[in-house]
Amino acid sequence: MTRPQIALSEGIFVLEGDLLIGTVEGLDLRHGLAEAIDLSGVRQFDTAGAWAIVTLERRLQSAGLNPQITGASALQTDLIATLRQNMLLTEAPSTNGPTIADRLEQLGRKAVSSLQQTLAIIGFLGQVVATIFGLVLRPSRIRWTAIVHHMQQVGLNAVPIVSLMAFLIGVVLAFQGAAQLRQFGAEVFVVDLIAISVLRELGILLTAIIVAGRSGSAFTAAIGSMKMREEIDAMRTLGLDPVEVLVAPRVIALILMLPVLGIIANFSGLVGGAIMSWIELGVSPGVFQARLASNTGVWHLGVGLIKAPFFALIIGIVGCFEGMQVKGNAESLGHLTSTSVVLSIFLVIAADALFSIFFAILEV
Amino acid sequence: MAAEPIISVRGLITRFGKHTVHEGLDLDVQQGEIIGIVGGSGAGKSVLLRAVVGLLKPADGQITVFGENVRDTSADDYRRLRKRWGVMFQDGALFSSLNVQQNVEAPMREQLDLSPETRAALAAIKVRMVGLPDDALKKMPSELSGGMRKRAGFARAIALDPEIVFLDEPTAGLDPIGAAAFDALIAQLRRALGLTVFLVTHDLDSLHAICDRIAVLAGGRVLATGTMTEMQDIDHPWVQAYFKGPRARAALAQKEAI
Repeated sequence: MTRPQIALSEGIFVLEGDLLIGTVEGLDLRHGLAEAIDLSGVRQFDTAGAWAIVTLERRLQSAGLNPQITGASALQTDLIATLRQNMLLTEAPSTNGPTIADRLEQLGRKAVSSLQQTLAIIGFLGQVVATIFGLVLRPSRIRWTAIVHHMQQVGLNAVPIVSLMAFLIGVVLAFQGAAQLRQFGAEVFVVDLIAISVLRELGILLTAIIVAGRSGSAFTAAIGSMKMREEIDAMRTLGLDPVEVLVAPRVIALILMLPVLGIIANFSGLVGGAIMSWIELGVSPGVFQARLASNTGVWHLGVGLIKAPFFALIIGIVGCFEGMQVKGNAESLGHLTSTSVVLSIFLVIAADALFSIFFAILEV
Repeated sequence: MAAEPIISVRGLITRFGKHTVHEGLDLDVQQGEIIGIVGGSGAGKSVLLRAVVGLLKPADGQITVFGENVRDTSADDYRRLRKRWGVMFQDGALFSSLNVQQNVEAPMREQLDLSPETRAALAAIKVRMVGLPDDALKKMPSELSGGMRKRAGFARAIALDPEIVFLDEPTAGLDPIGAAAFDALIAQLRRALGLTVFLVTHDLDSLHAICDRIAVLAGGRVLATGTMTEMQDIDHPWVQAYFKGPRARAALAQKEAI
């Protein structure tokens, strides 16, 4: 490739060399006026070269001249003619950064759309609940295979990660609690600390968070990719209700399995705490068990497990709802999957806070 | 035809597991021609295209493009080679997270060091050249119809003014008017840009309208090459069925009527 040259001699722009997409930017086309453009020295030539020539020609025309293009081969003439047809008369104005009005508009749109989203999600919740009640009235329509499949996916397959997580939480609580309680010589209260925090709050909350990350995202991705490939529309044309076929089994499976996972998490959390108390504080498993039985009311367990179906409903509804929102492209699928996880974790924690207030008022 | 072929395939063998797709396939493509590759479903048309552009490593055989071996090039040579061709996939294969303008600019941004204004101007020209309206520039691929996506994919394929464009079923799924317009577009851009076009197609109308030569793939080889009329005389059941079937007769009659 030889670099292109432009020279102004005797009122003629003389171009030489290769006018190619990689080289035309080196040309200075902004200065000088001439009556003709001579291309006889141009060797290789492509669309970008033709673009440069037409740009130059337009500039000369706007200066009131009528430049002639000479020395072009037939192919070059054709290409220049094609470019003349396809080039905008005025270059598109470069867009400036957003103004304050734009930002305000954006804020307004965001606010309205999040309001609409909230309404839509509540509507979806109603639709799912109605569908599930409909299924209860007509049990023959319940898809047992799908429910069992999802119970395995969200429940059984999550047991290892959930129990490991809860075990470690128990260990951490015992370890941290021991360090503080030893200062008062009240080591044995570590049992109450572990039991109440795991049974009431942490066991079920952290399980719900893990399930939201694991299964909520899987719901969004699965339903979203079906939406993308028009499977949902195909289902509707076959007279199948996607809420009944896809959403209800997932939500039911989650509602059934999350309390079970919660119980497993509670158990392994207590085991982890007991082991750590034994190692760190010398509280033997026997003492741990006796103190657990005598000092921790059964309502602590009840408070934890009552929350589980509600968390399950939140995770299932948000996961399936976001999946239904997926539009045609892969990007929206990824975006909505992460939205689904973030939103369901947030709502789970918010619901947990509401439950805390509720139980505090009830004094249980 | 004495000139050195621009694409030359010799003894190509490709396999997927135990399934052999090509068994010693030979094919030459001359500079400046539009060659149509036809063959039944599963005959290995798209696989041939993928092998020629280096997306798929064949089990054996020689593939040279511009006189350079595609199979054993170094990464640098391959990058240089890749600048000289453009590929349009079946559904356009636009990057779904970029709008049309960014899609067309993508090869320029990767391969060249151009200012954003020049890139935008050149992308706008390419988009108009393939017959898309100006407001398509800012649209996302998901907002375009199938035909528009194909056009945008074509605009991206010709973004760097390649010498060869590979088109995989460019008219599949288009209505007859859209397909005819796409054919006309390919022929027009071939004239304007001096392209060589490697066209994988099923569309008999495209074969009639724009292809200089047709290569028929069957049984893992190129069964025959020649013009549309030469295809009529080849004595092979598949070729006879394909080129003398009711659809082929309709396409031929239409051409004669014009």
